[in-house]
Amino acid sequence: MAFAAFSSSTAPAAADTSRKKSPVALLLLLPGILYLVLFFLTPLISLLLTSLKAPSEFGDFGEFSYAFRWENYVDVVTAYWPHIMRSFGYAITATFFALIISYPLAYFIGVKARRWPLLQSLALVLIIAPFFISFLLRTLAWKQLFSDESFLVTSLKAISVLAPDAHVTGTAFSVIFGLTYNFIPFMTLPLYTTLERLDVRYLEAGSDLYASQFHVFRKVTIPLSMPGIVAGTLLTFIPAAGDYINASREFLGGTGTQMIGNVIEANFLVLQNYPAGAALSIILMTAILVIVSIYVKKSGTEELL
Amino acid sequence: MKLSIGKWVLPVYTALALLILMIPIGYTFVYSFNDSLKSNITWRGFTFDKWLNVCNVQNGAVCEAFGNSIFIAVVSTIVATTLGTMIAIAMVRYRFKFRSQLSLFLFLPMATPEVVLGAGLAAQFLSVGVPKDMTTIILAHTMFSISFVVVAVKARVATLDPALEEAGRDLYGSALQVFMRITFPLLLPGILAAALLSFALSFDDFIITNFNSGNVSTFPKYIWVSAARGIPAEANVVASAVFILALVIVVTVQVSGAARAKRLAKMN
Amino acid sequence: MGIDTFAESGADLELVGIHKRFPGFTAIEDLNLTIPAGSFFALLGPSGCGKTTTLRLVAGLEAPTAGRILIGGKDVTDQKSFQRPVNTVFQSYALFPHMTVLENVAFGLRRRKMADPLDKAHEVLSLVELDHLASRRPQQLSGGQQQRVALARAIVNRPALLLLDEPLGALDLKLRRQMQLELKTIQEDVGLTFLHVTHDQEEAMTMADTIAVMNKGRIEQMGAPQELYELPRTSFVANFLGQSNLFTGPVVGTTSTSISVDISGQKITVPIDRAHRTTGEITVGVRPEKLTLHSTEPAHNPDVNVMGPGRVIDVSFSGVSTQYLVDVPGAGNLIVFAQNMTFGSDVREDDKVWVSWTIGHGFGLDDEPADAPRFSPDLDTRTIAAQHRLEGA
Repeated sequence: MAFAAFSSSTAPAAADTSRKKSPVALLLLLPGILYLVLFFLTPLISLLLTSLKAPSEFGDFGEFSYAFRWENYVDVVTAYWPHIMRSFGYAITATFFALIISYPLAYFIGVKARRWPLLQSLALVLIIAPFFISFLLRTLAWKQLFSDESFLVTSLKAISVLAPDAHVTGTAFSVIFGLTYNFIPFMTLPLYTTLERLDVRYLEAGSDLYASQFHVFRKVTIPLSMPGIVAGTLLTFIPAAGDYINASREFLGGTGTQMIGNVIEANFLVLQNYPAGAALSIILMTAILVIVSIYVKKSGTEELL
Repeated sequence: MKLSIGKWVLPVYTALALLILMIPIGYTFVYSFNDSLKSNITWRGFTFDKWLNVCNVQNGAVCEAFGNSIFIAVVSTIVATTLGTMIAIAMVRYRFKFRSQLSLFLFLPMATPEVVLGAGLAAQFLSVGVPKDMTTIILAHTMFSISFVVVAVKARVATLDPALEEAGRDLYGSALQVFMRITFPLLLPGILAAALLSFALSFDDFIITNFNSGNVSTFPKYIWVSAARGIPAEANVVASAVFILALVIVVTVQVSGAARAKRLAKMN
Repeated sequence: MGIDTFAESGADLELVGIHKRFPGFTAIEDLNLTIPAGSFFALLGPSGCGKTTTLRLVAGLEAPTAGRILIGGKDVTDQKSFQRPVNTVFQSYALFPHMTVLENVAFGLRRRKMADPLDKAHEVLSLVELDHLASRRPQQLSGGQQQRVALARAIVNRPALLLLDEPLGALDLKLRRQMQLELKTIQEDVGLTFLHVTHDQEEAMTMADTIAVMNKGRIEQMGAPQELYELPRTSFVANFLGQSNLFTGPVVGTTSTSISVDISGQKITVPIDRAHRTTGEITVGVRPEKLTLHSTEPAHNPDVNVMGPGRVIDVSFSGVSTQYLVDVPGAGNLIVFAQNMTFGSDVREDDKVWVSWTIGHGFGLDDEPADAPRFSPDLDTRTIAAQHRLEGA
């Protein structure tokens, strides 16, 4: 799948000399670029403009006119500060768990299972299988499995792991669980693609040079799989930070678990407070870009671990 | 060499993890056979009814939403694959200014949370005064698919030996003939993979659709709207059917790929 | 010997009754081998002969199916790779791409918690004349430089035993020669035991003091390079180490010093102390450079074997020498190397010639004649073409 290719930013590109200059290039590029300018770039600009709009003086509810009302940002940050923090808190936690869970999985499939290509393909198909069933339905399935009447929850209560009046759905746990579950394939696939190409001769060299299994893993395997770790964490963190399905009350969330995505959705589609939704979107995007660029820089240039 | 227990930790862990990944899929599939009433939460007995009468529930709302999703996915896939493939070929084969800036620009839609993409488009359609309908959904889906298509096809173009095209020209092929008879057939697997990905992304998209769909229902949106009052088992039927179909396609591709690799290995 | 101290000197390596089976095939069958401390030992053989597997067993990267491995008298069979006082220079070098050259070299010292790892790494980098590149990444170095870093990374640990897995294979000819000499010098300087695995017979002969020729999971012959070259025991050794002209026939006469073999009516004499077997059907041989070409029949001399007349079917000039291919009816094709002492060749294709060699240069193999190929197995395409031409004529 393309996620695999996504992780290989170092894919061997044709040498620059083999590329030629030609007006054909422009013809090939122009339609696609134009499309993205029209439906990706301009929308971001209108989002920025909308975020600064002020309510129309004589208009109906939900009507706004262009202005430079930067106070919108102050308003949304004051009102939704907990949601913003919660979003990043949940997303970072889910990304962390997804990494911890996916790494051994990807390692087994990509390194240990190399001798059995059929097993490898089967495991890969199972990893991407969740993509084939509706995101919403599989999230709902967990809601049912975690509901108060479910076998799982009643048995946990019977053995007193859970308090008799405890709930699983609607808690931070269930939202983070849902996020982790839903984005595990995004983490596993790029990890798999780097680990699959990991040259085991480096591991042998490490072992030959007096490094125990643990040290080989820490000093050789992890640093060499860094591209996959970076790609996987980004592919998990970015959509998780903006997700509002898992945290929604109809799915795994509750009133206390609303994330920034839920607030943007509500402001756009229910409250029709477009400037507030737009301002929150701009804040979300900026925060993600800042976090991502710091992260990429750190993991790329500084000595790894 | 190793303790025999240590040898089994990873395989057992992997099997367990894969099993847990499968749980919601199994749940959805099993509950497509539930003899449920309005909502499909408690198990009330086994039936094939829901599979046989998928379109009869709620005046066919499930099937209508499913049909819309398919139509949107097909149209947006065709447009996105065409535009994305053109960009990918240009990026690998031609030299031009602002190449790295273009790469970054193409990367951005993938690095932007869907909620921002959806809200941005919604804000744009609002300010231009375009009513939200099927067209706006297709426009939105095409937009986020293009970048993924570029990445998938680019990987394929990069592995293509330029000497093959040169050989084609050397053997008196015109530029068009070389493209149609050499480049395109060699790129086809990559293009097909990109198209499948684009289709899957569009078919399962909810967040961006929700912002730009107006009154039009798609399959994920139908589930979102019904989640509050109970989802009929027919939705599980549709999802399970799509799952099985996708699985068959992927397994066929994998098996034929493995068989081809085996034949090649034998020849060498 | 632990890994927390440097080895004071090289250690003996002993392999006892080693078997290694992989699913579907046997890589090594009953291998017994002792390599004395301080020696430069080469395991020579074609690809797939089991030499690399042997090396990996010693390094601890594979476990033997049966048998014991002893280093310096201590059984290390059950020790893991990182616990053995052994280091390897890998064929691919396996230099860690995420570390600098210096960090690569210091890696083993750090793992063993040795004092001043960086100073020691600099020291050994100076030895291989690469200290000025210490802060580069391996991928920024040339093949020869990478090879030297790999060597430095191994010897900095002062292992009791250094394993070299075809480390010169990726280098071009000139650099390979230079590295061969350097390796040899370093081995003499540091006094370690080197076990070198290679398929390059010339490399093995230049560098090693003992060579074991391996074929199909067994050792065919072991000894000093000159000994193997002069007195090969099997046709495999005779043709893997250089080229040989081999003839098979019954022993028809024996004296106290020599035996005579009948090759399609021509009598060939071999000194008895140069023959591994002295009765029945045997295979005898002689190296191509020991042969002399004559355009007239040479006078009879009891110390010289003569074969002919034959016909020259191919002449190829290669600088220092010229290679002639001579078809002698009944004896097959003989390869003759002649040094180019004069300008131009006095023997041309299709000429009628005789071939002679001093009796003392011949050797007799230990092979069952049925196993011995009648012709040199590594025929090049030119020879095959020449034979076809001959058969057509």
